[in-house]
Amino acid sequence: MGRYLLRRLLYAVPVLLATTFLIHTLVFVLPGDPIQALAGDRPVPPSVVAELHRRYHLDDPLFVQYARYLRGLLSGDLGRTFTGEPVANALAGHWLVTLRLGLTAWFLETVLGIGLGVWAALRRGRWADRAVLGGTTLASAVPVYILGYLAQLVLGVRLGWFPVAGAEAGWPTAYLLPGLVLASFGAGYVARLTRSSVLESLSADYVRTATAKGLSRRRTVVVHALRNSLVPVVTFLGIELGSLLAGAVVTEYVFNLPGIGQQVFQAIQLREGPTVVGITTVLVLVFCLANLAVDLLYGLLDPRIRHD
Amino acid sequence: MLTRRQLTLGAALATLALLAATVTGCARGSADDDRPIPAVPGGAYSVALTEPDHLTPGRTTSSYALQVLEGLFDTPLALDPHDGHPVPLAARSVTSSDQRVWTLNLRPDAVFHNGERVTAHSFAAAWEAAAYGPDGWGANAYFAQIDGYDQLNPTDGRQPATRHLTGLTVLDDTTLRVTLKAPFSQFPMLLAFPAFAPLPQAAFSDPDGFDLHPVGNGPFEMAGGWQHNQRIDLRRAASYTGPRPPMADAVHFRIFTSTDTAYTELSAGHVDFVTNVPAARAYEARRTFGHHYAVRPSGTMDYLGLPLWDPRYAKPEVRRALSMAIDRKGITRAIYNEVFIPADSLVAATIPGHRAGACGEACDYQPDKARELLQQAGGFSGRLELYFANSDPSYLQWMTAVANELRQNLGIRDIAFRTMPGADLTPILNNRKATGPYRQNWVADYPSEQDYLAGLLGRGNRPGWSSPDFDSLLARGDAAPTAEAGISYYQQAEDLALQQLPLIPLWNWQDQSAWSGRVGNVLFDPYVAGLHLEQVTVRH
Repeated sequence: MGRYLLRRLLYAVPVLLATTFLIHTLVFVLPGDPIQALAGDRPVPPSVVAELHRRYHLDDPLFVQYARYLRGLLSGDLGRTFTGEPVANALAGHWLVTLRLGLTAWFLETVLGIGLGVWAALRRGRWADRAVLGGTTLASAVPVYILGYLAQLVLGVRLGWFPVAGAEAGWPTAYLLPGLVLASFGAGYVARLTRSSVLESLSADYVRTATAKGLSRRRTVVVHALRNSLVPVVTFLGIELGSLLAGAVVTEYVFNLPGIGQQVFQAIQLREGPTVVGITTVLVLVFCLANLAVDLLYGLLDPRIRHD
Repeated sequence: MLTRRQLTLGAALATLALLAATVTGCARGSADDDRPIPAVPGGAYSVALTEPDHLTPGRTTSSYALQVLEGLFDTPLALDPHDGHPVPLAARSVTSSDQRVWTLNLRPDAVFHNGERVTAHSFAAAWEAAAYGPDGWGANAYFAQIDGYDQLNPTDGRQPATRHLTGLTVLDDTTLRVTLKAPFSQFPMLLAFPAFAPLPQAAFSDPDGFDLHPVGNGPFEMAGGWQHNQRIDLRRAASYTGPRPPMADAVHFRIFTSTDTAYTELSAGHVDFVTNVPAARAYEARRTFGHHYAVRPSGTMDYLGLPLWDPRYAKPEVRRALSMAIDRKGITRAIYNEVFIPADSLVAATIPGHRAGACGEACDYQPDKARELLQQAGGFSGRLELYFANSDPSYLQWMTAVANELRQNLGIRDIAFRTMPGADLTPILNNRKATGPYRQNWVADYPSEQDYLAGLLGRGNRPGWSSPDFDSLLARGDAAPTAEAGISYYQQAEDLALQQLPLIPLWNWQDQSAWSGRVGNVLFDPYVAGLHLEQVTVRH
């Protein structure tokens, strides 16, 4: 188990190197000049352009830039944004917001999705089952920004239950509404996944055996059926945590949350290489860790799955 | 598969949600909002803002930063909100006998928010830092007319030998002499631009720290640091003795990425000012906010720039034909809800010297005449490519309309779009690599025809247009004894440019603002100040 963990963690190193190099190359090969674009339609004096090129090493060859980036990374320096702020500072401030939003959404998605899924499965074919199926289909079908503006207007402006926008109300108040909107798509999927998975288990031999042995309905469902049904759900939820963090761009925009979604959007537009690469590196790391956590959880849910 | 009943349920839910949204759209505007606001000092209000790039005056030209700096700093002169003529602010007077050597006489009692005295040296140091190329500050080009600028900005890539502008001489604590490279009658207007504000010592010992917590000489000071992407808080500066004491005790800037979200926050009563209501919500805002909604003219213009180095666009007749084939009125109505105004001149309507209809019939929509003109000039061959950045969805909308009109009215069949990020487009335009018309935008720095004409069509201009007569008319305007006396030369230069039409005026922007019933005495101006922060009164 320990060796497995170590091996998996070591796998992450080449993945990270390959990703950062790829992003560096992509940013580098794009044509155009980010410095001239900073001033828009106004010409920038050549002396200023030359200085900013020097400051951000824009004229260096790709490999030199990448080597410099790696060296900085080892000493904890991620470079500077075009406004002169260290990328590390900018990331630190923004990651917390996105992490809070992502975890809130992930929690809501897990609780709502599994809860509704089990509830629907146990009431198969009845109105509750149909309501869950219809509701989750609808929630997954409406684009996030429409759902977001609608939630703002109805629950924020009209009813005044939640803050409309911004992170200033703090956690959890400011994150509930955007979290719910962000979770809407995944929660619907988790609910339907859980429902079909539980239904399948309920008709399996070992559950019938359990029932025949005279175990209580609760024990049969929770310990025997549910535990086995959760394997595909956990797989999805693990990958989903990464997607939630990466997919927060639209939600952060609509709800004006100063997270990395906003930042990566700005950075790509301004073609700020170090910021884009920095954010991507952290995202890749999150994906790697989430996947590892999923693989470890398998063993707990289904003892037949072993790691060595 | 969905059953019929599930579909009905879904449809019902969607209808309910839409209904709720419609109801909220017109919820605001209670009777309480209509009582007059007593003009009593005190209270706090909030303004929705977009994230600025810097808060050090010489480092930025972004309008969002300028709105904050208008509260934090006093520039030597300010622009009268009604007609744009310069009036004293940090300087008591600015005089010149030959338009080349200017004397700034400063108020003797002024201090920065940290107690440091504001002297002639504070101005000279600030300007020199901005003009020094290796600092890489955003407003660098604004100092290009001052003597010695070229030494601070060598074009051969070498480090400058000096940090000082030879054109600046500190005569004593309250007198600064500025020598320009050439006479420039519009110089006083330039002195109202925030980059010309003074800076205290702290700005040079720790530039990055200062940028987060600027120390100014204006009516408001920073209350805490700049919280990136979240907020900037200002409070009344106790040390301020200048000519514009503030009414409110505090101004809170809340930073939004989406103007739609900012507008929603205004509707919810969480923000007092939105100075940038999205054009698409014009009718809704007018209905919802009534007399707390205003459309104010702006100095910003959109043009269709033409690549004169391409022989197909070399004839002025072809350019006039293109211009006459565009229905400006129809496009501003369909895409900008009539908030933008069709252009009839190269300069915005708020600029002194602007003449309605200066463009003549070249800016009128006359499809038949346009087609005739194009045929006389030998027609158009090959593909017409339209260049623009993809940073705003409305660009694609109006470019599509323009493309359709050129297709229908001039019979140019093969029209293609070249859309790309600004980082790609700007070098293509600056290096004259574009092979077709492009979106050109101009935001005025100061209210003078000279700013548009020199910026858009001066030396090394984008369209590649050259006219010695135009250049000499500009120079004569610059050398005129007063700013007003220069206007007639600039107008002649504008007429010349409009006959040749190296760029086609399209429309003049206007900005929409809306505010809550808590604030009164709202004064916006179309020049650099925007919302006059110190004048706003608050119900408290």
